[in-house]
Parts: sequence; C-alpha cells; structure tokens
Amino acid sequence: MTTRIGVVTFPGSLDDVDARRAIRLAGAEPVALWHRDKNLNQVDAVVLPGGFSYGDYLRCGAIARFSPVMETIVDQARAGLPVLGICNGFQVLCESHLLPGALTRNDHLHFVCRDQRLRVENADTAWTSDYAEGQEITVPLKNGEGGYVADERTLDELEATGRVVFRYLDVNPNGSRRDIAGICNEAGNVVGLMPHPEHAVETLTGPTTDGLGFFTSVLKKLVAS
Amino acid sequence: MSLDTVKHASDTPDVEQPWAELGLKRDEYDRIREILGRRPTGAELAMYSVMWSEHCSYKSSKVHLKQFGEKAPASDAMLVGIGENAGVVDVGQGYAVTFKVESHNHPSYIEPYQGAATGIGGIVRDILAMGARPVAVMDPLRFGAADHPDTRRVLPGVVAGIGGYGNCLGLPNIGGEVVFDPCYQGNPLVNALCVGVMRHEDIHLAKASGTGNKVILYGARTGGDGIGGVSVLASETFDETGPAKRPAVQVGDPFQEKLLIECTLEVFKEDLVVGIQDLGGAGLSCATSELASAGSGGMRVELDTVPLRDSTLSPEEILMSESQERMCAIVEPGKVDRFLEICEKWDVIATVIGEVTDGDRLEIYWHGEQIVDVPPRTVAHEGPVYNRPYARPEWQDALQADDANALPRPKDGDELREQVLRLVGSPNQASKAWITDQYDRYVLGNTVLAQPEDSGMIRIDEETGLGVAVATDGNGRYAKLDPYTGAQLALAESYRNVAATGAKPLAVTDCLNFGSPEDPGAMWQFAEACRGLADACRTLGTPVTGGNVSLYNQTGDTAIHPTPVVGVLGVIDDVARRTPMAFAEEGQLVYLLGDTREELGGSAWSQVIHDHLGGMPPKVDLERERLLAEILISASRDGMIDAAHDLSDGGLVQALTESCLKGGKGARLVVPDGLDPFVFLFSESAGRAIVSVPRSEELRFTDMCGARGLPAARIGVVDGDAIEVQGQFSVSLAELREAHEATIPALLA
Repeated sequence: MTTRIGVVTFPGSLDDVDARRAIRLAGAEPVALWHRDKNLNQVDAVVLPGGFSYGDYLRCGAIARFSPVMETIVDQARAGLPVLGICNGFQVLCESHLLPGALTRNDHLHFVCRDQRLRVENADTAWTSDYAEGQEITVPLKNGEGGYVADERTLDELEATGRVVFRYLDVNPNGSRRDIAGICNEAGNVVGLMPHPEHAVETLTGPTTDGLGFFTSVLKKLVAS
Repeated sequence: MSLDTVKHASDTPDVEQPWAELGLKRDEYDRIREILGRRPTGAELAMYSVMWSEHCSYKSSKVHLKQFGEKAPASDAMLVGIGENAGVVDVGQGYAVTFKVESHNHPSYIEPYQGAATGIGGIVRDILAMGARPVAVMDPLRFGAADHPDTRRVLPGVVAGIGGYGNCLGLPNIGGEVVFDPCYQGNPLVNALCVGVMRHEDIHLAKASGTGNKVILYGARTGGDGIGGVSVLASETFDETGPAKRPAVQVGDPFQEKLLIECTLEVFKEDLVVGIQDLGGAGLSCATSELASAGSGGMRVELDTVPLRDSTLSPEEILMSESQERMCAIVEPGKVDRFLEICEKWDVIATVIGEVTDGDRLEIYWHGEQIVDVPPRTVAHEGPVYNRPYARPEWQDALQADDANALPRPKDGDELREQVLRLVGSPNQASKAWITDQYDRYVLGNTVLAQPEDSGMIRIDEETGLGVAVATDGNGRYAKLDPYTGAQLALAESYRNVAATGAKPLAVTDCLNFGSPEDPGAMWQFAEACRGLADACRTLGTPVTGGNVSLYNQTGDTAIHPTPVVGVLGVIDDVARRTPMAFAEEGQLVYLLGDTREELGGSAWSQVIHDHLGGMPPKVDLERERLLAEILISASRDGMIDAAHDLSDGGLVQALTESCLKGGKGARLVVPDGLDPFVFLFSESAGRAIVSVPRSEELRFTDMCGARGLPAARIGVVDGDAIEVQGQFSVSLAELREAHEATIPALLA
C-alpha cells in the first residue's frame, strides 16, 4: 500500500505544489487537503507548507490556527500523526501550540531568500531519521518573519530535551534565538522549521537535494510501522 | 448635487465642465461633444478623460508603434499579437507562453512601496487575463545616483514593494536589472515583467460577445484609491511645487490577488468565460469600454451594483477608480451560478453588474437613471492620435563628438588593476544580491536559472524538460548617444542573454521609457528608438508581441535618458541542457567569441573612471548576433561548453569577474595578439560572449566556430584563486569579491 502524505492548501499557501512534488519524488503519494475540510482523508502524515495562509496581515498563522482542517490536525498530532510545518507551516504550528515559541519579524527587517547551511541536531524525529546527528545540509531559506523566539526557560528546556532539531550555520539569517532553525514536540512527531526542504529535492531547481531526507525519513517510519 | 444624467446633459448644454482638471485638452473635449452630439455627462467625461490619457490611448506614440506590426518578421510562433492584454507565443508541445513588461514609474516615485507592488499586481493580471498561469516575474529598475538621498528614499520602498507583493503571490522573481544614474533622480523607472504559461486551447481574449451574456465584476471591492492614476499621474510631468498626488496611487492587497489568480484559473478550467479583462489603469471605464468595443454588441451596466469599500463614492469616482485586484468576465447565463460558486470557494466577491446587449452602445445606469450612453469604440479604440513634432536635439552632435575613446587610459598594469577594482565595485557593476535576495526565486519549484544569470529560466513541463528563458536589458547611456542604435543594442543584449543560457530567442516585449512627448527632442528620441527596435526585430526574426510606453518621465525640464527596456523570450527543449554563467571547473579553457573593437562610448569604464558620457555607442551587427546565438545554442545542446556569459556593460573584465566569483574559481588570461590590454578588458563591443570549454570538447567547439565563421580566441584557462592577466596584473578573488559585493549593502543596508 502506498503511503499517503497530505499537504494542506490554505487560500494563501504558495509552496503546496512544491511540497507535493517533494513527496512524490521521495516515493509517497501526495494528497491535497483543503483548509475548509476537517476530513484528512486517512493520510498517514501531514505537511503544512509555506506561504501566507490567510494573507497573514495579522500575525503569521494566527488565523490559520482556527481553520477547520487545523482542528483535526491538532487532535491527530497529539495522538502521534507525523506533522511537518515549513516556514508558514512552522508559524501555524506555533500559533496552534503544537510547538512552543513564536516567529517574529527578521531582525534586519527585510525578507531574505538564500541558500542556508544547517546542522541537524536531532536525527531521531519522524522527519529527520534519514540524517545523521551533526550532519550539515544546505536548503533554501526565504522568509520575512522567521526569527524564532521563546522565553529562556523554554529555550533551555528545548536544548536539554534535544528538541532543537536544526541550527543555522555561518549566518543567523533572521535573528533567531540560539541560531534555532527548527524544533520538534516532545514525542518527535511534530517538526517545524523555517528553511524549505521541499525546494532542495532536485539538482535542476535547488541548490542541493539535501531536503529529500525529510520525506524519505517519514516514509520509512510509516512503512516500518 | 443632483445626478448628471444623459437627459440632464442634453438639457443643459452650457454647463462648465472640468475637462482641463481631468487632463483633457480643449480640442479633445470638443471632439467628445461632437461624438455624442451633446455635452458629456460627468460620468462620460470621467471615462473619456482616463481612456484618452496618454497612458491608455498611446495618442503620442501610436504613429511610431505601428512599425512593430508593419515591420514584424513572419513568425510561426505568434499565436496572439499586439493589441491584446499580452502577446502569446507557441513554445511547442502544445504549450503557449505569454509575457509582457509594463511601467509603474510615476506611482513608484510618489509612493515607492505601493507603486512598485501594484506594478507587479497589474502585469500579473494582464497575463492571467490571457488564460495563463503566471509563473515568474522580473523587474528592470532604474534609480538616481546610488548615494543620492532620493535613491535612499525610493529604492528600499520599491524593493520591499516588489518583494512584499510578488513573494505573497508565490511567483518567483527570476531576474531584471538595477541601474543607477543621476538622470533618474526624481524619476525612477519601475518596470515589471510577468511570464505565464497555458495550453494552446486555453487562450482567452478581452471581448464581450453574445447578447444576454452577463458581465461579472469579481475580486476586491471598489474604493477611492488610484482615481485618475493614468491621467493625472502617468500622463503629466511632475511639478515639484504642485500638491501631493498620493491619492492617485493605488494600494495593493497581494492576498486578494492570489485568490483572484486561483479563482480565475479554476473558472478557465471549467470553461466558464466567453471573454475576460483585468481592471488596471482606468479601472471600470477601461474594462467595460474595451470589452464592449472588441465584442459584437453593446453593453448595459448597473453601476450601483458594484460592491464598494466606501459607500460615498460618486458614479464618476467608481468609473475612474483604479482599486486593485479586480477582474471583469463575460459569462453565459447558464454558467453564472457555477462561476459564482467557484468565487465563493475562494472567498472572492463576485457580482453580476450588467449584460451584453444587441445594440452598439455602452450604457451605464445609476439607480435606474442613465448616466452613460456612448459608442464604446470611441472610448476604447478611437481616441485621439497625435503626430507630434520631433527634431534631433541641437546638442546631439556635440555629444557624439565628445569621443570617449580619447579619454586618458591606465598607463600600466598597476593602474589597470586599480581601475578593474573600481569598475567591478561601482554601484552599477556591483553585485545586486542585497536587492535580489529580498525576492523569492524558489517558489513553484521550477526555477532553473535566476539572477545574476544572463537570463531567468523556468521549467514548464516536468516530464519533457521544456522550458523558457527571459532576459531584459536596456542601456539609457547608449540610447542617449544614439537612440536608434541604443534600442538595437538593448534588443541585441537581451537576445544574446537568452542565447547564452542555451535557449532559442522567439519574441520580444518592450517598455519604452522616455521624456515628454511635447518636447520635440524627447519625441525624436522616441521615434528613433522605435525605428531602431522595429528594424532590429525584423532582422533577428523576433516580433514584438506587446509592451508599454511610458512618457513624461521628467521632473521639470530634465528628461531621463531615453530608456528602451527590451525583454526577449526564448525556448529550450530540455532545461537540463541549460548553460549557467559560473566558471566552476579548473582546467577548462576560456574562449572569447566575437570581435573586440575600440568602443568605449557610453561604457561603464567612461562613467566610473571619468564620469563621462559622449561619443558613439558600440556598433550593432545583427547578423553577427544571430550567428553568435546559434553557436551558443548548438554548443549548449551538444555539451561543448560548460558555462557562458554575455559581454555587455563593463566589458570582458566585468563578465569574467562575475563568472569567476559565481564558480569560486580564478582564471589566467593572455591578451590576444594585436589587442591593447585596456581595450581587451574594458571595451564594450557588442556581439561577444565568453565561454568555458572542457578540454575534451575544444577541437569540436573551435571547428564549429571556424566552419560558421565566428571569431573564437582562446584567452586563458580557469585556474587558481585569482584573475591574472599575463604581464599586466593579478587580483585575488577575495579582493574582487570584497569590491563587488560590499558596495550595495554599504550604500543601502
């Protein structure tokens, strides 16, 4: 049986097509999910893609949190459904309290698009098991509000429990606290990050194919279980 | 104030009307009265004033633009030509591509962020209205001197506006230009290009046909923004003492536009529309009159059904409003429900505001009373046409006699080295990454090449690898020295840039940015540039498919350099065969293709080192450009070269620096026999490129160039971590990188 991975389309989602392509290239079946639909169509995992969910004129992801599809996703994520939030998806996960902290305006106040080097700090999550701990990867980063913030106690706790999944190398592109690029929940099934692995799946269009590992990781986990 | 109905207008012929305030001339107003056989109502006057503006009617430029059609080369690739929202080109495999460049210069000067943002929004809707999914944008930009306070005011807003709008739409920004010159102080050029892709059968046109079909306005509510944008802003010279014109600038909502795109593509997919038009300049006046004019019948519109953001707007204001993110569709009655359902799915407001009639009039009603009754063609297509006087400026001879080839040159290797560093670190030649890194180039996952590559390249079919490449170029300095040649050089460079990436050039779009048409000198520049471009398009076999004219680019008496910006679209059968610009493989051979002459007129060197503009621009040899393009395309297809970079402003040393820095490898060069090292490095002769050839391919490549008669000189090898010109100087990549990359952030960050 093929593994089905859902990709949510909010009206302002932009990288949903790319996320579906990445899932296909990794060998799974991408399933389009619509923001107004509570039904997840029995998918085995969900990707919340990049974009501007409902325009994000308020706080990024603040309205998406209340969408019908997110009601189901929050429930099922708490029950163990693998969920990956990329960029805007990460913002939605934080707003939904599936992940702690928040994303704020880049410290230099500009949108930034660059090929970003990252270190994989935790290779035990649902979405990173195909990497080695300490592995360095390069994937595109593109955001205007990607500065990760949380209070000191939360940051300490994330570090102590191995929940910092990715850290920026070379340059901290947005003023994220402790160079944090991505984190996960306690169970490791929910991962959020600002950089875009779905844009690094083909040598023709991406700087590397380093991003494929996210999708092969979850695929292997799902096939094994 | 009572409503100015058609009946009221007939009864009160002597009422004073504000035609001058609306930008009309006395004889234009008289002609409107003659067409209607009475004075126009307020609403009619509003419609004519915006539609007969320079921006919408092309009244000063039309007589010259005709050449693009008359001289157009026969091309099998053209599916839709000039006159529609955008031209459409066949790229094979059942795909068609539409592309167009437009200006948003005046709004961007007044309100940089919104001006630039809505420039993107407008061109994207033009492409969408043809039936295509927009797939990429590009921005040719011109600003005043990089260190001038006005540039600091305008540039950050423009860049943020382009990013803020384009990034939210999910369209990769794959190229463009950023040029600084004092002539653009107080009059920046903000041009925007969009590319869209569709299947042949999906082409849509802007016409209202079929009596009884419904007129549906959908998208954003209509507000009080952008009223008179085309007539007040884009068709007049700025006067520094005048009142602020900010209310004439529109305000953009990219999220609404994103919804509009998805919603429109879905109604196309279900074949629900007969005709479609976007609302841009001149808003509803333009959409209703153009749809009715191009269709078979008339149109009746109930204006009071238009959803408003501000309920106090008058009918005149509603007709003139340039509120963004609106479209107008003609839909058969039986398909209206499904159309509205799709709009509802995307949370897009849609309203039936009228219907196609069997008459030949455009009639508009306000709460049951008739306020417009006009023949639509007289509004949309039969506006005034002016044959403006033009004359070669008297200073032109002196300018051309001021020969740049006579300027003092570097005396030895050390001076050459010093000038190379100054050149590649000058604002125009420096890396623009600080700007372009504010744009998303990855979204949609089909970007194969993006800035700073010679052209942007987009994959359009994942199975076959079919793709398109687009480049834009324009050099106002060349065009100032000789507008005929300058326009041809803009085309030649853009054409060469497309070929350098391995794509075959097919078609052209142009944005002609000039001064006031009421100045005979500026009008001469315009006429010469049109003639030059039309002649060159014919020779190169690349027809102009559409574009835009922006006149009145001057503040006070000072006009900008004549700046024809030319975009070229090319097709590549398999994007995997593209040629990038980076010299990345040590040991590969560097070849210089084409002839290098002593040509420094208008050059970057003359500007950076001597702050000089004079002499003649480089010569144009279009047959040579065509040959060079054929060689570059063949070499790409057959794997004979690994990298290519076109030579243009800054000459060889600029191109080499960019290719070396991109690949992270140096190069050792030998000056070819008979060439002066300075001319070798800095001349801007056209029709040239540098390529990097694997040693295993050298013989095959040089044989091909020899057989076809293209001069190809082996000038060196990719090697080390410096650029070394034998017997002259050596400069490390680190030093070049510092000079090239630090300039723009230091000025603007």
